[in-house]
Amino acid sequence: MSEQGQRIEVATDQDVVRVRQLVRTLAVAVKLSLVDQTKLVTAASELARNTLVYGGGGSVEVAPVDNGRRKGIRIVFSDQGPGIADLDLAFTDGYTSGGGLGLGLSGARRLVDEFDIVTAVGEGTTITVTKWCR
Amino acid sequence: MERVPVLKIGDILLVSIQIDMEDQVALQLQEDLADRIVATGCHGVIIDISALDIVDSFVGRTLATIAAISKVLDAETVVVGMRPAVAITLVELGLSLPGIRTALNVELGMELLARVRVDHFDDDDEEDAGATGTPAASDS
Repeated sequence: MSEQGQRIEVATDQDVVRVRQLVRTLAVAVKLSLVDQTKLVTAASELARNTLVYGGGGSVEVAPVDNGRRKGIRIVFSDQGPGIADLDLAFTDGYTSGGGLGLGLSGARRLVDEFDIVTAVGEGTTITVTKWCR
Repeated sequence: MERVPVLKIGDILLVSIQIDMEDQVALQLQEDLADRIVATGCHGVIIDISALDIVDSFVGRTLATIAAISKVLDAETVVVGMRPAVAITLVELGLSLPGIRTALNVELGMELLARVRVDHFDDDDEEDAGATGTPAASDS
């Protein structure tokens, strides 16, 4: 993470709101378009809620990134929860293990430019997403 | 915890969501609205989301649930004021809010509710006609 990155511990509903607000602030700062800001904040809301509900809480780090050509925002969601046993299933639209709509993971992946997931059963899940300015 | 106010205007309950809702606030709104529909006997609910800069799957599901609960309580729900960026994001997320009536603003939402109510009464008349055994044109 770059030095401008900020970290939020996610343990309550209120923290999910704080994640949305932080992502919005940084997305505005790197001048993502309004639609891209909306997509990124929505994806962050889905994934932060997953961290809370399925991961049992964890942390979210948000940072501006720059690959030399474009600026963007990178967000890392980490938890030490149960992990995901069947990733294909977890990414299926409409599948849920927790009473939600089953759109969180698959939907969030559609809303960002880069999506990376590392998960191990019994160890936790780390998801990294990036949205670049057009 | 913050609470979203529910205002009664004539036969309509108006809810304008002006805050970034925690999940619990959204669930509370669901309960408050159900209580107010029963207490007031209102037949229409307008939920103004023009101040919301995102609608994620949780809020989307809450809106759909409110619409379903209202229906069971003999009230129609119209969600109004969705921002264009929110609409684009919702559809891409995979949430097209089936079963939810929408209008561009509160005024159009009220017109829609008035029309729905008229149609509703028309339907009732037809059902009554059938029940009294009137030999209405039937394909069966």
